[in-house]
Amino acid sequence: MATVFSPTLANMTHPLLKLRQVSLTKQGRTLLHSIDLEIKAGEIITLIGPNGAGKSTLLKVALGLIKPSSGQRLSLPNLRIGYMPQKVSLPDTLPINTKTFLSLAKGYQPSELQHVSHRLNISHLLDSPMQTLSGGETQRVLLARALLSKPELLVLDEPVQGLDVSGQSELYHLIANLKDELNCGVLMVSHDLHLVMASTDRVICLNGHICCEGHPQAVQQDPSYLELFGKTMAAHLVPYTHHHDHTHGEHCQHDHGHDHHDHSHDHSHTGES
Amino acid sequence: MIWLLDALLAGWLLSAMSGPLGSFIVWRRMAYFGDTLAHSALLGITLGFLLDVQLDVAIILCAVFVALLLASLQRQHLIPSDTLLGLMAHTTLAAGLVTLSLVDNVRIDINAYLFGDLLAVNREDLITMAIGAAIVLAALAKIWRGLLAVTVSEELAQVEGYPVARLRLLFMVLLAVVIAGAMKLVGVLLITALLIIPAAAVRPFSQSPGQMAGFATVMSMIAVAVGLGLSYQFDTPAGPSIVLASALFFVLSQSAYRLVGGR
Repeated sequence: MATVFSPTLANMTHPLLKLRQVSLTKQGRTLLHSIDLEIKAGEIITLIGPNGAGKSTLLKVALGLIKPSSGQRLSLPNLRIGYMPQKVSLPDTLPINTKTFLSLAKGYQPSELQHVSHRLNISHLLDSPMQTLSGGETQRVLLARALLSKPELLVLDEPVQGLDVSGQSELYHLIANLKDELNCGVLMVSHDLHLVMASTDRVICLNGHICCEGHPQAVQQDPSYLELFGKTMAAHLVPYTHHHDHTHGEHCQHDHGHDHHDHSHDHSHTGES
Repeated sequence: MIWLLDALLAGWLLSAMSGPLGSFIVWRRMAYFGDTLAHSALLGITLGFLLDVQLDVAIILCAVFVALLLASLQRQHLIPSDTLLGLMAHTTLAAGLVTLSLVDNVRIDINAYLFGDLLAVNREDLITMAIGAAIVLAALAKIWRGLLAVTVSEELAQVEGYPVARLRLLFMVLLAVVIAGAMKLVGVLLITALLIIPAAAVRPFSQSPGQMAGFATVMSMIAVAVGLGLSYQFDTPAGPSIVLASALFFVLSQSAYRLVGGR
């Protein structure tokens, strides 16, 4: 099963990143147990799971920010990762506008900025201090920063928090489009399966260990998924499996006006680590 | 009169470094960290005497050692950072004072190191400081973007491939150089004030990180000039006079900001 990683093999059939039997124990508590994970280019993997399931922790292990207690993390050499954290806490003492923040992306090129900021509808925010942005605006700026590092792998931690439902499906749609354009792999954490279903290839249901994984439709039927999320919630998902035919083109996202009302406190899962 | 000019030039060289580095200290909430490194400088000096090492080099080495020790202790997360910093600051200061008392064949004026001594600034020092400042500023310019990225978010910086650990270490070394220089002027106990007060004072008027660093340098230069002038006029100790002058500017800038309709 061991995969040899070499730059010359960096094509679609070989994984960008691979976790093998990764476990993490912190002060006697097992946070992650024997996780196997493999991400290829052009594929979207969504991690779902209840609060405290270790979703963000697993992301950080995948990113190389946390060393696992046991197991291995293998990645292509010099893999460019674009990471969108749940939030960044900028000190108020630091005068920094959005443009400066974005220009800190490694490998940043000024010519890219216009394209990316237009794409994410943040052009009008470039001169605003970062600290004044709303939750939803911050999310888009963080995604822009992740894109500016020209990622081969995008890692998104709850990318849609702070957005309303239509904004959420817009953003998931955008992520799917970006994945195709960049031909990058995407690993993201989501709280609800129903919104990501249309734009994800594989779902991993996490609760310390991997409960079940596979195609979103299959996971939805899986007994361990139903047990974890409850029958009522699973039933609630069904109406949402339709396609996103109400989605507008990429340039009119602002028509939804989702940046006018930011429900950054509506989601109780923001404090998870 | 010429010694006053030397002191002024030394102060300005210091301001050139302390503006940007002080800004980073404010942004990174490292005021107490800077203070702890400053307190360790006295230990550096006595060890320098004991081991017959050039004093500036000894101060820098000692500060970097303390910084590394702090970093490794902080990683345990078992003692809160502020406790650790207080512990280290005063342990190193005490160690410095005790070691100093044991070295009885060398006469050292402790006051000069605790509160600074203007008369100690001579031409030779000035040249050393100029070289030091040039190196610090060149190095800072080189790592500016990376250091800013680390300041904004260490996680993002690390994922994007910035050499986070190396940048942090370099920042400490630069800080140590500034502390070695600042010791002569304002002394161990007041170095942090020189680093953070100008940066804090100009924050409300700065639109970008670079601007804040530049403004802090200018404000620090003015404070040095005013402080030295007052010291000369009223025969007050120079270091504390400079610190008071910058504190005065801080109060003025805060009031001005409130008056023009800030927060």
